Amino acid sequence: MLAKRIIPCLDVDKGRVVKGKKFQNIADVADPVELAKRYNDAGADELVFYDITASNEERNIFLDVVEKVAREISIPFSVGGGIRSIDDINRVLRSGAEKVSINSAAVTNPSLIKQAAAKFGNQCIVLSIDAKETSQGKWEVFINGGRKNTGIDAIEWAKYGEQLGAGEIVINAIDTDGEKNGYNMTLTRAIAGAVNIPIVASGGAGKLEHFSQVLKEANADAALAASVFHYEEIPIPTLKAYLAAEDIIIRREM
Amino acid sequence: MIAIIDYDAGNIKSLQFALDKLNVKSVLTKDPQTIKEASSIIVPGVGAFKDAMKSLNELGMVEVIMQVAAAGKPILGICLGMQLFYEKSFEDGEWQGLGLLKGSVNPIPDNVKVPHMGWNTLTKHADSTLFHNIIDDAFVYFVHSYAVGGVYEKETLVASAEYGGTVPAIVQKDNVVGMQFHPEKSGTVGLQLLTNYLEMIS
Repeated sequence: MLAKRIIPCLDVDKGRVVKGKKFQNIADVADPVELAKRYNDAGADELVFYDITASNEERNIFLDVVEKVAREISIPFSVGGGIRSIDDINRVLRSGAEKVSINSAAVTNPSLIKQAAAKFGNQCIVLSIDAKETSQGKWEVFINGGRKNTGIDAIEWAKYGEQLGAGEIVINAIDTDGEKNGYNMTLTRAIAGAVNIPIVASGGAGKLEHFSQVLKEANADAALAASVFHYEEIPIPTLKAYLAAEDIIIRREM
Repeated sequence: MIAIIDYDAGNIKSLQFALDKLNVKSVLTKDPQTIKEASSIIVPGVGAFKDAMKSLNELGMVEVIMQVAAAGKPILGICLGMQLFYEKSFEDGEWQGLGLLKGSVNPIPDNVKVPHMGWNTLTKHADSTLFHNIIDDAFVYFVHSYAVGGVYEKETLVASAEYGGTVPAIVQKDNVVGMQFHPEKSGTVGLQLLTNYLEMIS
Protein backbone atom coordinates (compact mmCIF):
# COMPACT_ATOMS: atom_id res chain seq x y z
CA MET A 1 0.00 0.00 0.00
CA LEU A 2 1.21 3.48 -0.86
CA ALA A 3 2.04 5.46 2.27
CA LYS A 4 1.16 9.06 2.98
CA ARG A 5 4.29 11.19 3.15
CA ILE A 6 5.65 13.55 5.81
CA ILE A 7 7.84 16.26 4.32
CA PRO A 8 9.96 18.76 6.26
CA CYS A 9 10.56 21.93 4.27
CA LEU A 10 13.84 23.82 4.50
CA ASP A 11 14.07 27.42 3.30
CA VAL A 12 17.71 28.16 2.55
CA ASP A 13 19.19 31.66 2.54
CA LYS A 14 22.93 32.25 2.10
CA GLY A 15 23.66 28.63 2.94
CA ARG A 16 21.56 28.53 6.13
CA VAL A 17 18.09 27.18 6.89
CA VAL A 18 15.77 30.02 7.86
CA LYS A 19 12.13 30.17 8.86
CA GLY A 20 9.69 32.89 7.94
CA LYS A 21 6.11 33.53 8.95
CA LYS A 22 3.82 34.45 6.11
CA PHE A 23 6.99 34.64 4.03
CA GLN A 24 8.48 37.41 6.21
CA ASN A 25 10.45 37.84 9.47
CA ILE A 26 13.17 35.40 8.53
CA ALA A 27 15.01 33.78 11.45
CA ASP A 28 18.14 31.62 11.23
CA VAL A 29 17.56 27.99 12.18
CA ALA A 30 20.34 25.58 11.24
CA ASP A 31 22.86 24.19 8.82
CA PRO A 32 20.90 22.61 5.92
CA VAL A 33 23.08 19.54 5.54
CA GLU A 34 22.98 18.73 9.27
CA LEU A 35 19.24 19.31 9.46
CA ALA A 36 18.61 17.20 6.35
CA LYS A 37 20.59 14.36 7.84
CA ARG A 38 18.66 14.64 11.10
CA TYR A 39 15.33 14.41 9.24
CA ASN A 40 16.58 11.50 7.13
CA ASP A 41 17.50 9.62 10.31
CA ALA A 42 14.24 10.52 12.04
CA GLY A 43 12.17 8.92 9.25
CA ALA A 44 11.11 11.86 7.08
CA ASP A 45 9.78 10.51 3.77
CA GLU A 46 11.07 13.31 1.60
CA LEU A 47 12.51 16.80 1.94
CA VAL A 48 11.87 20.07 0.15
CA PHE A 49 14.49 22.80 -0.17
CA TYR A 50 13.61 26.31 -1.24
CA ASP A 51 16.36 28.64 -2.33
CA ILE A 52 15.16 32.00 -1.09
CA THR A 53 18.34 33.87 -2.03
CA ALA A 54 18.40 36.26 -4.92
CA SER A 55 21.88 36.71 -6.35
CA ASN A 56 23.67 34.37 -8.73
CA GLU A 57 26.60 34.10 -6.38
CA GLU A 58 24.32 32.81 -3.64
CA ARG A 59 22.69 30.44 -6.13
CA ASN A 60 26.02 28.64 -6.43
CA ILE A 61 26.25 28.31 -2.64
CA PHE A 62 22.80 26.75 -2.78
CA LEU A 63 23.74 24.22 -5.48
CA ASP A 64 26.70 23.28 -3.36
CA VAL A 65 24.30 22.67 -0.46
CA VAL A 66 22.10 20.52 -2.73
CA GLU A 67 25.01 18.32 -3.67
CA LYS A 68 26.18 17.95 -0.06
CA VAL A 69 22.64 17.01 0.97
CA ALA A 70 22.40 14.43 -1.84
CA ARG A 71 25.63 12.92 -0.58
CA GLU A 72 24.40 12.66 3.00
CA ILE A 73 20.82 11.46 2.78
CA SER A 74 19.12 8.48 1.16
CA ILE A 75 15.59 9.79 0.77
CA PRO A 76 14.30 11.83 -2.15
CA PHE A 77 14.19 15.61 -2.08
CA SER A 78 12.95 18.38 -4.29
CA VAL A 79 14.39 21.79 -4.87
CA GLY A 80 12.57 25.02 -5.59
CA GLY A 81 13.13 28.75 -5.68
CA GLY A 82 14.41 30.70 -8.62
CA ILE A 83 13.96 27.90 -11.16
CA ARG A 84 13.39 29.71 -14.47
CA SER A 85 14.82 27.62 -17.27
CA ILE A 86 15.57 24.11 -18.50
CA ASP A 87 19.21 24.82 -17.62
CA ASP A 88 18.28 25.67 -14.02
CA ILE A 89 16.36 22.39 -13.78
CA ASN A 90 19.20 20.40 -15.27
CA ARG A 91 21.69 21.91 -12.81
CA VAL A 92 19.51 21.05 -9.82
CA LEU A 93 18.83 17.48 -10.98
CA ARG A 94 22.48 16.98 -11.82
CA SER A 95 23.37 18.12 -8.29
CA GLY A 96 21.40 15.19 -6.91
CA ALA A 97 17.82 16.42 -6.38
CA GLU A 98 14.99 14.08 -7.34
CA LYS A 99 12.48 16.76 -8.32
CA VAL A 100 12.26 20.45 -9.02
CA SER A 101 9.54 22.71 -7.81
CA ILE A 102 8.45 25.55 -10.09
CA ASN A 103 6.37 28.45 -8.86
CA SER A 104 6.53 32.00 -10.28
CA ALA A 105 8.23 30.96 -13.53
CA ALA A 106 5.35 28.59 -14.30
CA VAL A 107 2.92 31.52 -14.20
CA THR A 108 5.01 33.81 -16.37
CA ASN A 109 6.04 30.98 -18.72
CA PRO A 110 3.71 27.95 -18.56
CA SER A 111 5.55 26.28 -21.44
CA LEU A 112 8.47 25.75 -19.04
CA ILE A 113 6.41 23.06 -17.26
CA LYS A 114 5.57 21.44 -20.58
CA GLN A 115 9.14 21.45 -21.87
CA ALA A 116 10.57 20.30 -18.57
CA ALA A 117 8.08 17.44 -18.23
CA ALA A 118 8.87 16.28 -21.77
CA LYS A 119 12.61 16.43 -21.16
CA PHE A 120 12.94 15.11 -17.61
CA GLY A 121 9.65 13.24 -17.13
CA ASN A 122 6.47 14.42 -15.37
CA GLN A 123 7.54 12.74 -12.14
CA CYS A 124 10.30 15.23 -11.42
CA ILE A 125 8.36 18.40 -12.19
CA VAL A 126 6.44 19.80 -9.24
CA LEU A 127 4.10 22.75 -9.61
CA SER A 128 4.21 24.83 -6.46
CA ILE A 129 1.20 27.09 -5.95
CA ASP A 130 1.04 29.90 -3.40
CA ALA A 131 -2.65 30.64 -2.96
CA LYS A 132 -4.56 33.18 -0.92
CA GLU A 133 -8.29 33.51 -0.35
CA THR A 134 -9.26 36.78 -2.05
CA SER A 135 -12.99 36.48 -1.51
CA GLN A 136 -15.18 33.85 0.17
CA GLY A 137 -14.33 30.45 -1.32
CA LYS A 138 -12.09 31.88 -4.03
CA TRP A 139 -8.34 31.41 -4.02
CA GLU A 140 -5.95 33.20 -6.31
CA VAL A 141 -2.37 32.40 -7.25
CA PHE A 142 0.33 34.67 -5.81
CA ILE A 143 3.88 34.85 -7.09
CA ASN A 144 7.19 36.48 -6.17
CA GLY A 145 7.21 35.03 -2.67
CA GLY A 146 3.55 35.77 -2.04
CA ARG A 147 3.83 39.48 -2.88
CA LYS A 148 2.07 39.64 -6.24
CA ASN A 149 -1.48 38.56 -7.00
CA THR A 150 -1.78 37.14 -10.51
CA GLY A 151 -5.58 37.04 -10.38
CA ILE A 152 -5.45 33.43 -11.58
CA ASP A 153 -7.90 31.02 -9.94
CA ALA A 154 -5.84 28.50 -7.93
CA ILE A 155 -8.00 25.47 -8.74
CA GLU A 156 -8.06 26.21 -12.47
CA TRP A 157 -4.29 26.76 -12.34
CA ALA A 158 -3.78 23.37 -10.68
CA LYS A 159 -5.79 21.68 -13.45
CA TYR A 160 -3.83 23.50 -16.12
CA GLY A 161 -0.57 22.56 -14.42
CA GLU A 162 -1.55 18.89 -14.56
CA GLN A 163 -2.39 19.26 -18.28
CA LEU A 164 0.99 20.86 -18.92
CA GLY A 165 2.67 17.84 -17.37
CA ALA A 166 3.37 18.58 -13.72
CA GLY A 167 3.70 15.33 -11.80
CA GLU A 168 2.80 16.72 -8.41
CA ILE A 169 1.33 19.86 -6.86
CA VAL A 170 2.40 21.56 -3.66
CA ILE A 171 -0.36 23.80 -2.44
CA ASN A 172 0.85 26.50 -0.03
CA ALA A 173 -1.99 28.32 1.68
CA ILE A 174 -0.62 31.80 2.39
CA ASP A 175 -3.47 32.58 4.84
CA THR A 176 -2.68 29.68 7.15
CA ASP A 177 1.12 29.62 6.68
CA GLY A 178 3.00 30.09 9.96
CA GLU A 179 -0.21 30.36 12.02
CA LYS A 180 -0.10 26.78 13.33
CA ASN A 181 -3.90 26.55 13.29
CA GLY A 182 -4.08 23.74 10.75
CA TYR A 183 -3.82 23.34 7.00
CA ASN A 184 -6.33 24.99 4.71
CA MET A 185 -8.68 22.01 4.43
CA THR A 186 -11.14 23.49 1.92
CA LEU A 187 -8.47 24.58 -0.55
CA THR A 188 -6.49 21.33 -0.25
CA ARG A 189 -9.61 19.20 -0.70
CA ALA A 190 -10.73 21.24 -3.69
CA ILE A 191 -7.39 20.84 -5.45
CA ALA A 192 -7.06 17.14 -4.55
CA GLY A 193 -10.50 16.63 -6.09
CA ALA A 194 -9.68 18.59 -9.25
CA VAL A 195 -6.57 16.72 -10.40
CA ASN A 196 -5.29 13.12 -10.62
CA ILE A 197 -1.70 13.77 -9.54
CA PRO A 198 -0.35 13.69 -5.97
CA ILE A 199 -1.03 16.71 -3.77
CA VAL A 200 1.25 18.02 -1.03
CA ALA A 201 -0.49 20.23 1.55
CA SER A 202 1.57 23.08 2.95
CA GLY A 203 1.09 25.90 5.45
CA GLY A 204 -0.40 25.84 8.93
CA ALA A 205 0.70 22.66 10.69
CA GLY A 206 0.85 23.15 14.44
CA LYS A 207 -0.47 19.97 16.05
CA LEU A 208 -0.51 16.24 15.40
CA GLU A 209 -4.22 16.36 14.50
CA HIS A 210 -3.58 18.83 11.71
CA PHE A 211 -1.56 16.22 9.86
CA SER A 212 -4.17 13.47 10.20
CA GLN A 213 -6.95 15.87 9.19
CA VAL A 214 -5.31 16.99 5.98
CA LEU A 215 -4.19 13.47 5.00
CA LYS A 216 -7.53 11.84 5.81
CA GLU A 217 -10.22 14.43 5.29
CA ALA A 218 -8.68 16.66 2.63
CA ASN A 219 -7.20 13.73 0.64
CA ALA A 220 -3.68 15.14 0.56
CA ASP A 221 -1.02 12.58 -0.37
CA ALA A 222 1.63 14.30 1.70
CA ALA A 223 1.87 16.95 4.39
CA LEU A 224 4.65 19.50 4.45
CA ALA A 225 5.74 21.55 7.45
CA ALA A 226 8.73 23.56 8.60
CA SER A 227 8.85 25.17 12.04
CA VAL A 228 7.14 22.39 14.02
CA PHE A 229 9.95 20.13 12.81
CA HIS A 230 12.79 22.67 12.93
CA TYR A 231 12.06 23.62 16.56
CA GLU A 232 11.32 20.00 17.50
CA GLU A 233 7.81 20.82 18.63
CA ILE A 234 6.66 17.69 16.77
CA PRO A 235 9.30 14.96 16.49
CA ILE A 236 8.79 12.95 13.30
CA PRO A 237 8.76 9.52 15.04
CA THR A 238 6.02 10.79 17.40
CA LEU A 239 4.02 12.12 14.46
CA LYS A 240 4.35 8.87 12.54
CA ALA A 241 3.32 6.75 15.54
CA TYR A 242 0.29 9.00 15.95
CA LEU A 243 -0.70 8.78 12.26
CA ALA A 244 -0.30 4.98 12.26
CA ALA A 245 -2.61 4.80 15.29
CA GLU A 246 -5.07 6.91 13.28
CA ASP A 247 -5.08 4.13 10.63
CA ILE A 248 -3.15 6.19 8.11
CA ILE A 249 -0.71 4.16 6.03
CA ILE A 250 2.67 5.45 6.95
CA ARG A 251 6.24 4.23 6.59
CA ARG A 252 7.60 3.45 10.05
CA GLU A 253 10.85 1.59 9.48
CA MET A 254 13.66 3.58 7.95
CA MET B 1 34.38 -1.17 -10.21
CA ILE B 2 30.73 -0.57 -11.10
CA ALA B 3 30.07 1.30 -14.33
CA ILE B 4 27.03 3.57 -14.22
CA ILE B 5 26.00 4.27 -17.78
CA ASP B 6 25.90 8.00 -18.42
CA TYR B 7 23.37 8.81 -21.08
CA ASP B 8 22.52 12.29 -19.81
CA ALA B 9 19.57 11.17 -17.71
CA GLY B 10 18.42 13.51 -14.93
CA ASN B 11 19.52 12.60 -11.43
CA ILE B 12 22.23 9.97 -11.48
CA LYS B 13 24.54 11.43 -8.88
CA SER B 14 22.47 10.09 -6.01
CA LEU B 15 23.18 6.57 -7.23
CA GLN B 16 26.90 7.27 -7.15
CA PHE B 17 26.56 8.80 -3.68
CA ALA B 18 24.71 5.67 -2.48
CA LEU B 19 27.51 3.45 -3.79
CA ASP B 20 30.05 5.77 -2.10
CA LYS B 21 28.21 5.22 1.19
CA LEU B 22 28.62 1.46 0.69
CA ASN B 23 32.33 1.97 -0.07
CA VAL B 24 31.88 0.63 -3.59
CA LYS B 25 33.91 2.18 -6.40
CA SER B 26 31.80 3.40 -9.27
CA VAL B 27 32.29 5.49 -12.35
CA LEU B 28 29.81 7.42 -14.44
CA THR B 29 30.82 6.59 -17.99
CA LYS B 30 30.04 6.54 -21.70
CA ASP B 31 33.22 4.69 -22.55
CA PRO B 32 32.64 1.16 -24.00
CA GLN B 33 36.00 -0.12 -22.76
CA THR B 34 35.33 0.97 -19.15
CA ILE B 35 31.92 -0.66 -19.34
CA LYS B 36 33.35 -3.92 -20.66
CA GLU B 37 35.94 -4.01 -17.86
CA ALA B 38 33.49 -3.22 -15.03
CA SER B 39 32.36 -5.94 -12.63
CA SER B 40 28.76 -4.84 -13.12
CA ILE B 41 26.94 -2.15 -15.00
CA ILE B 42 24.03 -0.11 -13.75
CA VAL B 43 21.57 1.50 -16.14
CA PRO B 44 19.98 4.39 -14.23
CA GLY B 45 17.01 6.21 -15.54
CA VAL B 46 15.04 9.35 -15.18
CA GLY B 47 13.15 10.79 -18.10
CA ALA B 48 11.30 9.53 -21.12
CA PHE B 49 11.72 6.08 -22.69
CA LYS B 50 12.16 7.24 -26.28
CA ASP B 51 14.75 9.89 -25.34
CA ALA B 52 16.68 7.34 -23.29
CA MET B 53 16.74 4.83 -26.16
CA LYS B 54 17.71 7.59 -28.57
CA SER B 55 20.63 8.62 -26.33
CA LEU B 56 21.75 5.02 -25.87
CA ASN B 57 21.64 4.50 -29.64
CA GLU B 58 23.54 7.70 -30.42
CA LEU B 59 26.20 6.84 -27.88
CA GLY B 60 26.58 3.34 -29.30
CA MET B 61 25.54 2.01 -25.88
CA VAL B 62 22.83 -0.36 -27.10
CA GLU B 63 25.38 -2.64 -28.71
CA VAL B 64 27.68 -2.47 -25.68
CA ILE B 65 24.88 -3.32 -23.24
CA MET B 66 23.67 -6.22 -25.41
CA GLN B 67 27.22 -7.58 -25.63
CA VAL B 68 27.98 -7.44 -21.91
CA ALA B 69 24.53 -8.85 -21.08
CA ALA B 70 25.08 -11.78 -23.43
CA ALA B 71 28.53 -12.33 -21.91
CA GLY B 72 26.88 -12.80 -18.51
CA LYS B 73 28.01 -9.60 -16.82
CA PRO B 74 25.59 -8.57 -14.04
CA ILE B 75 23.40 -5.66 -15.13
CA LEU B 76 21.11 -3.68 -12.87
CA GLY B 77 18.46 -1.38 -14.32
CA ILE B 78 16.86 1.17 -12.03
CA CYS B 79 13.44 2.74 -12.72
CA LEU B 80 13.45 3.71 -16.42
CA GLY B 81 16.70 1.74 -16.64
CA MET B 82 14.75 -1.42 -15.82
CA GLN B 83 11.99 -0.53 -18.29
CA LEU B 84 14.58 -0.19 -21.07
CA PHE B 85 15.34 -3.92 -20.66
CA TYR B 86 11.92 -4.86 -22.07
CA GLU B 87 10.86 -5.37 -25.68
CA LYS B 88 8.82 -2.23 -26.08
CA SER B 89 7.22 0.70 -24.33
CA PHE B 90 3.94 2.46 -24.96
CA GLU B 91 5.11 5.73 -23.42
CA ASP B 92 3.94 8.48 -25.82
CA GLY B 93 3.78 6.12 -28.79
CA GLU B 94 5.36 2.75 -29.29
CA TRP B 95 9.11 2.39 -28.90
CA GLN B 96 11.46 -0.51 -29.13
CA GLY B 97 13.49 -1.34 -26.03
CA LEU B 98 16.57 -3.50 -25.50
CA GLY B 99 14.54 -6.72 -25.41
CA LEU B 100 16.65 -8.40 -22.73
CA LEU B 101 13.40 -9.32 -20.98
CA LYS B 102 10.04 -10.30 -22.45
CA GLY B 103 7.17 -7.91 -21.90
CA SER B 104 6.18 -4.32 -22.43
CA VAL B 105 5.99 -1.06 -20.54
CA ASN B 106 2.48 0.32 -20.21
CA PRO B 107 0.74 3.31 -18.64
CA ILE B 108 -0.38 2.92 -15.02
CA PRO B 109 -4.23 2.90 -15.16
CA ASP B 110 -5.78 6.24 -14.24
CA ASN B 111 -8.09 4.81 -11.56
CA VAL B 112 -5.17 5.71 -9.29
CA LYS B 113 -3.15 8.93 -9.22
CA VAL B 114 -0.39 9.00 -11.79
CA PRO B 115 2.59 9.18 -11.27
CA HIS B 116 2.88 6.41 -8.69
CA MET B 117 4.87 8.56 -6.30
CA GLY B 118 6.04 7.73 -2.82
CA TRP B 119 6.80 4.85 -0.50
CA ASN B 120 5.08 1.56 -1.27
CA THR B 121 5.48 -1.94 0.14
CA LEU B 122 7.28 -4.82 -1.54
CA THR B 123 5.54 -8.19 -1.78
CA LYS B 124 7.99 -11.05 -2.24
CA HIS B 125 7.30 -13.59 -5.00
CA ALA B 126 10.47 -15.63 -4.98
CA ASP B 127 13.30 -16.50 -2.67
CA SER B 128 16.23 -14.31 -3.45
CA THR B 129 19.47 -13.32 -1.79
CA LEU B 130 18.32 -9.79 -2.61
CA PHE B 131 16.01 -10.07 0.42
CA HIS B 132 18.78 -10.69 2.93
CA ASN B 133 17.93 -8.55 6.01
CA ILE B 134 14.86 -7.12 4.27
CA ILE B 135 11.63 -7.46 6.28
CA ASP B 136 8.32 -8.41 4.66
CA ASP B 137 6.34 -5.44 3.35
CA ALA B 138 9.36 -3.16 3.46
CA PHE B 139 8.73 0.32 2.03
CA VAL B 140 10.74 1.56 -0.94
CA TYR B 141 10.46 4.79 -2.95
CA PHE B 142 8.70 4.69 -6.32
CA VAL B 143 8.24 7.45 -8.82
CA HIS B 144 7.01 6.41 -12.26
CA SER B 145 4.02 6.71 -14.60
CA TYR B 146 4.57 3.52 -16.62
CA ALA B 147 4.99 -0.04 -15.40
CA VAL B 148 6.04 -3.39 -16.79
CA GLY B 149 3.12 -5.49 -17.99
CA GLY B 150 1.93 -7.31 -21.06
CA VAL B 151 3.16 -10.85 -21.51
CA TYR B 152 6.17 -10.89 -19.23
CA GLU B 153 7.77 -14.03 -17.81
CA LYS B 154 6.13 -14.49 -14.42
CA GLU B 155 9.09 -16.48 -13.10
CA THR B 156 11.23 -13.35 -13.44
CA LEU B 157 9.06 -11.56 -10.86
CA VAL B 158 10.97 -11.35 -7.56
CA ALA B 159 8.87 -8.67 -5.84
CA SER B 160 5.90 -6.49 -6.70
CA ALA B 161 3.97 -3.53 -5.35
CA GLU B 162 0.23 -2.92 -5.56
CA TYR B 163 -0.79 0.25 -7.35
CA GLY B 164 -3.74 0.17 -9.72
CA GLY B 165 -2.76 -3.49 -10.23
CA THR B 166 0.43 -5.47 -9.79
CA VAL B 167 3.53 -3.41 -10.44
CA PRO B 168 6.67 -5.51 -11.01
CA ALA B 169 9.14 -3.99 -8.54
CA ILE B 170 12.13 -6.34 -8.64
CA VAL B 171 12.71 -8.63 -11.62
CA GLN B 172 15.55 -10.98 -12.36
CA LYS B 173 16.51 -13.23 -15.21
CA ASP B 174 19.97 -14.72 -14.75
CA ASN B 175 22.44 -11.81 -14.80
CA VAL B 176 19.82 -9.16 -15.57
CA VAL B 177 18.16 -7.47 -12.58
CA GLY B 178 15.67 -4.63 -12.58
CA MET B 179 14.32 -2.42 -9.81
CA GLN B 180 11.36 -0.20 -10.64
CA PHE B 181 11.81 1.86 -7.46
CA HIS B 182 14.88 3.89 -6.50
CA PRO B 183 17.03 1.86 -4.06
CA GLU B 184 19.41 4.82 -3.82
CA LYS B 185 16.55 6.93 -2.43
CA SER B 186 14.86 4.25 -0.32
CA GLY B 187 16.54 4.82 3.04
CA THR B 188 18.28 1.96 4.82
CA VAL B 189 16.07 -0.61 3.04
CA GLY B 190 17.32 0.66 -0.31
CA LEU B 191 20.95 0.63 0.79
CA GLN B 192 20.49 -2.94 2.04
CA LEU B 193 19.01 -3.97 -1.32
CA LEU B 194 22.01 -2.46 -3.11
CA THR B 195 24.35 -4.23 -0.68
CA ASN B 196 22.54 -7.51 -1.36
CA TYR B 197 22.81 -6.97 -5.11
CA LEU B 198 26.54 -6.32 -4.80
CA GLU B 199 26.99 -9.43 -2.67
CA MET B 200 24.93 -11.50 -5.07
CA ILE B 201 27.18 -10.61 -7.99
CA SER B 202 30.50 -10.78 -6.16
